[in-house]
Amino acid sequence: MTKLTLTNHPPVVIEAQSVTKRFGGLVAVSSVDLSIREKTIYAIIGPNGAGKTTFFNCISGFYTPEEGEVLFYGKSIKGKTTDRIAHLGISRTYQNIRLFSQMTAIENILVGSHCRYTNHWLDAILHTRRYRREEAESLAKAHDLLKFIGLEGLGDNLASNLPYGAQRRLEIARALASNPKLLLLDEPTAGMNPQETDEMIEFIRSLRDNLGITILLIEHDMRMVMGISEYISVLDYGMKIAEGTPTEIQSNQKVIEAYLGPGAAALQEKFSRGKDE
Amino acid sequence: METLKKLVPSDLNASKWVRMILGILVLALLVWRLVDVILIQRLYGPDTWARFAITGLIIGGMYALIAIGYTLVYGILLMINFAHGEVMMLGSFAGYFVFELLAFIPSPGPENPEQVLLNAFPVLSILVAFLVGMLVSALAGYFLEKIAYRPLRKAPRLVPLISAIGASIFLQNAAMLLFGPQRRTYLNPTLLDRGLGLEIPIAGNNVLVPYTGIFSFVLSILLMLGLYLLVQKTKLGRSMRAVAEDKGAAALMGINVDAVISRTFIISGILAGAAGVMWGVHNGLLNHYVGYIPGMKAFTAAVMGGIGNIPGAMLGGMTLGILESLGPAMLGIDFQLKDVIAFTILILVLIFRPSGLLGERLSEEKV
Repeated sequence: MTKLTLTNHPPVVIEAQSVTKRFGGLVAVSSVDLSIREKTIYAIIGPNGAGKTTFFNCISGFYTPEEGEVLFYGKSIKGKTTDRIAHLGISRTYQNIRLFSQMTAIENILVGSHCRYTNHWLDAILHTRRYRREEAESLAKAHDLLKFIGLEGLGDNLASNLPYGAQRRLEIARALASNPKLLLLDEPTAGMNPQETDEMIEFIRSLRDNLGITILLIEHDMRMVMGISEYISVLDYGMKIAEGTPTEIQSNQKVIEAYLGPGAAALQEKFSRGKDE
Repeated sequence: METLKKLVPSDLNASKWVRMILGILVLALLVWRLVDVILIQRLYGPDTWARFAITGLIIGGMYALIAIGYTLVYGILLMINFAHGEVMMLGSFAGYFVFELLAFIPSPGPENPEQVLLNAFPVLSILVAFLVGMLVSALAGYFLEKIAYRPLRKAPRLVPLISAIGASIFLQNAAMLLFGPQRRTYLNPTLLDRGLGLEIPIAGNNVLVPYTGIFSFVLSILLMLGLYLLVQKTKLGRSMRAVAEDKGAAALMGINVDAVISRTFIISGILAGAAGVMWGVHNGLLNHYVGYIPGMKAFTAAVMGGIGNIPGAMLGGMTLGILESLGPAMLGIDFQLKDVIAFTILILVLIFRPSGLLGERLSEEKV
């Protein structure tokens, strides 16, 4: 019986148990519960300042929550440093692109893959076999990723010289280079036009379908959120006010009020437009 | 508010005028002295100029090695490690004691019963002295960061700077208490005797290029090449560059930022240690104060090349070494005034090109 439920439900990748983060007197995230199963595309939405990015930072180890627990495949990662968490298999991108702009595209991806390789700087000096094998391996993998994001042949360009959409995809490729099990995307389509957004939606889907990565994203673009996510949580003033499938969220009265105040029919219209497309 | 807005641009204009007038004055002075010394008085022949230039290159290589340490640390922590000269001094002492120890152990050969280990195995001795000097300086850099800077990582930028000056004074005085204030003479193996060198005929005269100088120059070039490859081609180098650009993003890529900072100090220390032993081997003098002036000069070199920029530090070091060596002769002033020239260059660079020779792109970003 238990076996059957296990096969029916993929394992939980990340679980937040009443996570609370305060800044002085301000409660940025207030006892948020959340649980994401493997290979889901999960979205967190909410008005500006609702605590979405703070919640992200609690998962990626940039902040340590004051209360609650963060479990990654059942093991606590609360209080671990950012780089340890990256080693465990959580990777993220930023709302505003934070590529290493003075490095080339390929070098950015190589930095992303660092935590998967064990060669020591003495290996580099002595040019050991391990060093040569790992460098060749990571370089080949970086080229594959470049191809995957459609930047084949542009690897030697400085990251800052790439067009905006390419930089966004490169940031994701850098995150992918560490073989993450969970990918956190902070507003992946910010500043993109509808066509670029559609491409990004396809790209994110392909990450889940082809690479089997679980994806947690923050997004403002409702059309995108409703189009891509399978499950949504809504934050407002640091609290989770709703969760459910896109259809459930669209008809949730609390969500509509959080966005546009009481009696907001306009949002419903926006949602339905998103559904039509 | 209005008055403020009016004040600021006019102030900027004023400083622009001051800079222009100052620039013209400095240029006029330079031209007058150069014409006077080189064309009218003809104080020195080409052989003497060549000797000055060679001395400059040798010292410049050492400045460059130390300057890289300043620039690496600045690139990552945006702070000037003013105790870096003392790190070099400790390496110099370490090399000195290795030579002294090896000169103390007898190793009688068939022809020479008085022979000591230092001269029985000179190449090995030099190697050991450099390795020990580099190791000691690396450890000094590592612990300096751990004790004096790491606790202040989140403090305002001025705080670690003060701590650095404190550490510099502390290390100088600690060395004086431990080793005494007297001047010591570096004991080289006879292979690297400071009187020996290559005689190069230039304009009818023989110019002596000391072996210690050739050795130091070649070694510093090799070390710089090694550093360049390390920074550009290896995993550690990439993580150093990543941390220099964005510590938060680097940590999210799984890079242990603290470990990278530690390693940066270790690498800076290794280069400073090598420069310290070179300084002793080439110049022959050693006391607790020996790191201070080279440290300041290397800082000047790093600023001149564009602080935070590694090729800039190399170029700055070489340029400063040559200018300092040729400068007194070119201007027809006393040779004791070479320190004045170095620090005048620092002031002029800060006035006219604060971003340094190669530092434009980088410093714009950091400001």
